[in-house]
Amino acid sequence: MSTKNLFKEEIKVINVGSPSFKQDYEKQEVPYIHLDWAPPAQGNLLILHQLNELRPYQTQIEEANLKAVEKIKSAEGRLIAVKQAFDVIPNMSKHTILHAGPPIEFKKMAGPMKGAIIGALIYEGLAKNEKEAIKLAESGAIEFDSAHHHDAVGPMAGIISASMPVHVIYDIVNRNYSYCTINEGLGKVLRYGANSEEVINRLKWIEKTFAPVLNEALLLSGGIDIKSLITQALHMGDECHNRNKASSALFLRDIAPFILQTTFSDQEKKEVFEFIQKNEHYFLNLSMPYCKVALDAAKGVKNSTVVIAMARNGVDFGIRLASSDAWYKAPANYVKGLMFPGFTEEDAAPDIGDSAITETCGIGGFAMGGAPAIVQFVGGVVEQAFDYSRKMHDITAGKHQVFTLPTLDFMPTALGIDVMKVLETGTLPIINTGMAHKEAGVGQVGAGLVNPPMACFEQALTDFVKQIKEDRT
Amino acid sequence: MKDAKVLKNSYYDSVTLMSTTVQIKKDLGLNDLVMFMGTDMNKDMIKSVGLYHESLDEAKPNDLMLAIDMQDTIDHWVDEVIKRLNSKKKTEKKGEQKLTSIHQAKDVLDANIAVISVPGIYAAHEAFKALDENMHVMMFSDNVSVEDEIKLKDYAIEKDLLVMGPDCGTAIINGKGLCFANQVKRGSIGLVAASGTGLQEVTVIIDRFGGGITQAIGVGGRDLSEAVGGKMMIKGLDALDEDEDTKVIVLISKPPHQTVLEKIKERLKHVTKPVVLCLLDAHLDEKIDRVSFVSTLTDAAIESLKLVGIKTPDLLAFDDQLKDQIKKNKQRFMPSQTKIKGLFCGGTLTAETLSILRPLVNKVTSNVAKKTDEKMKDPRVSDGHNLVDLGDDIFTQGKPHPMIEPTIRIDRILQEAKNPETAVILLDFELGLGSHEDPVGITLSGIEDAKKIAAQENRSLAFVGYVCGTEHDAQGLKKSENLLKNAGVIVAKTNAQAAVIAASLVNEVK
Repeated sequence: MSTKNLFKEEIKVINVGSPSFKQDYEKQEVPYIHLDWAPPAQGNLLILHQLNELRPYQTQIEEANLKAVEKIKSAEGRLIAVKQAFDVIPNMSKHTILHAGPPIEFKKMAGPMKGAIIGALIYEGLAKNEKEAIKLAESGAIEFDSAHHHDAVGPMAGIISASMPVHVIYDIVNRNYSYCTINEGLGKVLRYGANSEEVINRLKWIEKTFAPVLNEALLLSGGIDIKSLITQALHMGDECHNRNKASSALFLRDIAPFILQTTFSDQEKKEVFEFIQKNEHYFLNLSMPYCKVALDAAKGVKNSTVVIAMARNGVDFGIRLASSDAWYKAPANYVKGLMFPGFTEEDAAPDIGDSAITETCGIGGFAMGGAPAIVQFVGGVVEQAFDYSRKMHDITAGKHQVFTLPTLDFMPTALGIDVMKVLETGTLPIINTGMAHKEAGVGQVGAGLVNPPMACFEQALTDFVKQIKEDRT
Repeated sequence: MKDAKVLKNSYYDSVTLMSTTVQIKKDLGLNDLVMFMGTDMNKDMIKSVGLYHESLDEAKPNDLMLAIDMQDTIDHWVDEVIKRLNSKKKTEKKGEQKLTSIHQAKDVLDANIAVISVPGIYAAHEAFKALDENMHVMMFSDNVSVEDEIKLKDYAIEKDLLVMGPDCGTAIINGKGLCFANQVKRGSIGLVAASGTGLQEVTVIIDRFGGGITQAIGVGGRDLSEAVGGKMMIKGLDALDEDEDTKVIVLISKPPHQTVLEKIKERLKHVTKPVVLCLLDAHLDEKIDRVSFVSTLTDAAIESLKLVGIKTPDLLAFDDQLKDQIKKNKQRFMPSQTKIKGLFCGGTLTAETLSILRPLVNKVTSNVAKKTDEKMKDPRVSDGHNLVDLGDDIFTQGKPHPMIEPTIRIDRILQEAKNPETAVILLDFELGLGSHEDPVGITLSGIEDAKKIAAQENRSLAFVGYVCGTEHDAQGLKKSENLLKNAGVIVAKTNAQAAVIAASLVNEVK
């Protein structure tokens, strides 16, 4: 609006600061809004300075972020197969163990992750018992790596070893893949660090029976459209992180006719049906790799401040940007929420797992407003869930028009967490998650809400500023 | 007992904190209370009043620091304080949508001006956001870096937008006053000023004699410095030159840097409308077509009125009644009473008074003086003819500006009353938006007390007052002037006249 026009128009004011001017606008009948202002960047002048240093690059960054968001939205992930990790996951050897979150050495890992690794080594036949497994893990003969470095994600401990079957997701638009194990259900399960015989036997059954049946069914189906299932489930009260009831049912409905058409025995088909039907979180291990495949589409978008991964290894929380391969890490927070009977907050391990990939893609906590049923679970009221979903739009570069929330008048979910906006507003992404017991094998002890540490975003900004300046010179 | 407390992530704006501190202190009967956000500057301030406690070390700028000195220990004093602080905050209408960023607010209201009065260290950031949204900016905030000011103004000019400020107290856009402004008629005179009270004074005089204004654009006190180069003054000048409703343009500033002056003069050669260039306290021997040079606010108003065809009486002349008042007051002085003590709320009004008194009295000093020999050694210490701008940073650290809270001037009035050399106490009162709801009324008791103090030592003080305002201001010009007259104060027609009256009270002449 030019200065010349200003003199011809009614003046309308946004008042930033002293509320005492409000009465003066009212007296003069000047339309105004008084901002509920707080210092930007939580008053951190160093961060504010860095944000301001990026002003000359604003257009470039905005364009890059828009591009990143478009890429993420464009993803059309299909579940096309279930294969053993060794056969499909890039750079996977018989001695590779992938884990959730940013890279971490075995000695420093959290209890549940160590427990799951012991289980995986026994499952692979690389160790006979816990003692041998620990010895092997510490020997340096096992190659530990972040699943994210191999296009894969995993909930909680997120352990993937060579023989484990994984869901294979293929994005037919951007032509990339992602991988995630089969969700074992609740209770004593590997992802919470359990490694008893019962756990190993279940993993073996998944490998020998479940995977072949499902894989054949998938071949017959021509691929299951996971994006479409997420879209439908969001209209049925799921947020596809902590609540996967509707989506798991929808998946079973879609795959059922093809399971029936497979060449396996009725008994085997029945077991596969029951396994999916009894596991309300089956779909988590599909929504996660969908989000991963979609976010990876934005990998390498230069000058973008959009976050394409948020992941925790039970010790550190790490984030990655579209424009960089680096992890920006800080000690993970503790989840706050509802404890299962018999457990206290002292029992919980710090925030763990790759499942925050869902929030990174605009669902999970970001879609909580559409999942009123889990509000109690995370210890709040429905209005609060609405607020979270609305507020996340303050920190994202775009919105996901396909992922909409009926309860909020079909508001699209917030998509493309922008490091700059997080820091400027001081608003952190909200993550809706489960709590693992700090000791291996106990399992889930509660669920609730957690935020990434602000320090991750601060490091990302510092590095980004450095990078963009170097690129110019 | 002294105590302190940090409340994490509890932002309150400084005006709310300052305005409620006094009341809470009174309500709870405290010796002292300070409430500040946890910036380093604020910590220093708490140290300076001796209430600092090491527990405040951890406070961040978004944390509220409370430091207290209680006669009797109050249990749960933090709760008591916060309860009172929040009762003020909660007066906001229910259901009012909470908007936290300019971007969000712009979605709700297609606003064209952002008025920014947040602490200076954050102000530039918000101003950039407003410019991004194609909004004009009025920056009331001070303590903004010169680098940011330059960047903001360059960016604004690129987008054909105004950045009024930083440290801009006054603007009137389309007849609506922003921050500190008087209710003046609309008309054909447009103004651009690097001075808040200067702009108020000129618009008020224009209004008083039947003139009116189109726009009054503030640019902030630093706009005409060498570094900033008068960017907004020139931008404002261009805008008014283009504006069809503006027939006469008035520019007001303290003398600018030479290079800036050259730039402005160069631009003035191409302006199509008559211009009054008021450079306070500077006499220029220049001739530019259509440009009149003046050096006082009164002359700026008179000259612009003349250019739109309105004649004004001699605003400095004394009528018989005034002469009589002066005579009577002079007769009551003791021999020791020879000095003028000007106690001002308006900075530019202080500067104008200095410029007028300089040739009329022997050696006058002020905290607004530029020349070293005219500088007050310590503005807190009275010595000779003094003109004190009480809006000076050394008086306002952590306190509201005296235009908002004129009571802080009362202590100084009483102090001057005790000084045997004090003959005249010269006071200004600003009416209008932003100012105190009754600046005269709140000062009257101070004037009475000052008279009593002087009377105890058989002295009689002369009070000279000037009210900068119009009849349409909520405080009322006539009402305010009558309050002063009834209290025996000599009331001047303009700030300049007040200075001349003060001079004639202490001079032997006539």
